[in-house]
Amino acid sequence: MDEIFGIPTPLLFGQLLLGLINGAFYAMLSLGLAVIFGLLNIINFTHGAQFMMGAFVAWMLLNYLGIGYWWALILSPLLVGLTGVILERTMICQLYKMDHLYGMLLTFGLSLIIEGVFRNEYGSSGMPYRIPADLAGAWDLGFMFMPVYRGWVVVFALFACISTWLVIEKTRLGAYLRAATENAPLVQAFGVNVPRMITLTYGAGVALAALAGVLAAPIYSVNPQMGTNLIIVVFAVVVIGGMGSILGSVLTGFGLGIIEGLTKVFYPEASATVIFIIMVIVLLARPAGLFGRA
Amino acid sequence: MTTTRRNVMAGAAAGGAALGGLPWRSARAQAANTIRIGVLNDMSGPYRDISGPYGLECTRQAVQEFGNRGFNVEIINADHQNRPDVGVNIARQWYDQGVDMIIDVPTSSVGLAVANIAREKNKVCVNTGSATSDLTGPACTPNTVHWMYDTYMLAKSTGGAMVRAGGDSWFFITADYAFGHALERDTANFVRNAGGRVVGQVRYPFPATSDFSSFLVQPQASRAKVIGMANAGADTINTVKQAAEFGITRRGVKLAALLMFLPDVHALGLQTAQGLILTESFYWDLNDRTRAISERLRPRLRDVRPNMASIANYSGALHYLKAIADMGVAASKASGAEVVARMKAIPCDDDAFGAGSIRADGRKLCPSYLFEVKAPSESRGPYDYYKLLQTTPANEAFRPMNEGNCPLVRA
Repeated sequence: MDEIFGIPTPLLFGQLLLGLINGAFYAMLSLGLAVIFGLLNIINFTHGAQFMMGAFVAWMLLNYLGIGYWWALILSPLLVGLTGVILERTMICQLYKMDHLYGMLLTFGLSLIIEGVFRNEYGSSGMPYRIPADLAGAWDLGFMFMPVYRGWVVVFALFACISTWLVIEKTRLGAYLRAATENAPLVQAFGVNVPRMITLTYGAGVALAALAGVLAAPIYSVNPQMGTNLIIVVFAVVVIGGMGSILGSVLTGFGLGIIEGLTKVFYPEASATVIFIIMVIVLLARPAGLFGRA
Repeated sequence: MTTTRRNVMAGAAAGGAALGGLPWRSARAQAANTIRIGVLNDMSGPYRDISGPYGLECTRQAVQEFGNRGFNVEIINADHQNRPDVGVNIARQWYDQGVDMIIDVPTSSVGLAVANIAREKNKVCVNTGSATSDLTGPACTPNTVHWMYDTYMLAKSTGGAMVRAGGDSWFFITADYAFGHALERDTANFVRNAGGRVVGQVRYPFPATSDFSSFLVQPQASRAKVIGMANAGADTINTVKQAAEFGITRRGVKLAALLMFLPDVHALGLQTAQGLILTESFYWDLNDRTRAISERLRPRLRDVRPNMASIANYSGALHYLKAIADMGVAASKASGAEVVARMKAIPCDDDAFGAGSIRADGRKLCPSYLFEVKAPSESRGPYDYYKLLQTTPANEAFRPMNEGNCPLVRA
């Protein structure tokens, strides 16, 4: 059997593929964070909790109302995005003129509260959520067994990332958004309702987190802590990609997923640390991140 | 409804913790006639559902059933967040302020630390939550009793059974901390002694891992017949879930859940968990007595059924109170070691675990049961999950006393 650095090639290919799948989650979550940071200048620490809410709403739709995965994929981001809109209108909007630190403290506190409420209500060991029947099963690729659902996750995440990027870079709405980031009063002078745009942007960022949550529900245990572990990595991804850079966070998300996957073969003990080592190196060499503008 | 009750419980927990920080105000005479029990466990983290509020309620049930036998019993509760520093601080403060016994204490690192404090203050610790077999081995003390399960008993029951069933080559997926290492070590010993081989292992960072697919794909190259999961709680749940997704079990590889509780199976759902082999020392539907105590606990736990960890609090607290009644409150307050000696001297008997005894090294003896998780078609409803495969009698379930290196036994 062929080997690369003492690792059988099939195993290596398998890990690259798995890394890509995890990268899809990193990309989707960091995309939402980047959108929110780029346009609102808020570091949204509630993102992990909103990811978790997305998964939980999917579970609730199924168990209380009998609504399956496909509808949940639309309804859950809408519902969770709506809570984001309410959050922005009632609390976050008070903080735009203050230091970043206040936004961070508020969203961090909120995430603790949200997770606490879910834990009180549903416990900590989680809820079962099955893979939808249409996506059950697996392909035998020869070098590994590839669950259909994981393939779906990669394709769908790519689709979501590219659409978001297109909306922001190529449409009139996106142009308004980018302009408002640069100079909000001027854009408002042209008759654009900037506060409403910002509210909806936050809602959309939150909806992206919830969408990732629905995608994650059949793979991971749907439990109140599911966002906590992921969000720290995702922050590192955003920092490495460059704060606010959408393309940067998507590419970095996929790339770091692959690097993490390879670490799991060569030295599994370090697989949770490797991303932060890269973050340190990137911050030293390019403080604005790989794709950020200094 | 649920929210209200849990909120009340959380309030009680917070109140209890706050109470722990205040000087005792009750009259001296009343204090002298009151036994204080501190339930120290994980109320908010990954091990919450295994004991947490349920362990607290089981302790309350024990006090209620024990009734008034000439002394009062108070229960307080705090969350140690699975951190040894937090656990040690609370334990020290509680013992200094008149708590006589601390019960539960999951997470092996915290359990070992609190056992040391109990010895230093000459109080009592009834550990029902930690898994490490070192509590009755090199780290045993005259002040601690280890109730129910430990890594040796789990390894012997589940590991031994899997090897006998033909699973003679093992690959371990291990949580990279003290508990995971101990469970892997104890299980690997059984596998080798039974003629099996350990073909590899992977140690993943705890608790920062939620994707186990990479670790599940790696054993395929080694052609292992069994994947031993030396982890617990949400990690085990995720490993099992993802093993099903990647078709690991469909290709004949067996999963060995080395530590798994009823709430974990509930969280997985039978569709995914069916066929898993696991070991517990309690199951609510085991016999008439276990069904009776589970039914009595129902109003307290709502519709959740107890598992071996939460109900061990009931059993441990009840036996402790019997020892107090036997020797008198004044004598019990003078020396925790004497209380533990009395607990070892009198026989245990309760509805949860039946008749039993406590060895000189502090190990409570009870049978261990090997279960297989039912298929969805076999289950009659929520929590009807286990089929009994095999019973290991109490005197064979645990590590022989002379092999544990407990200083109390050599002396």
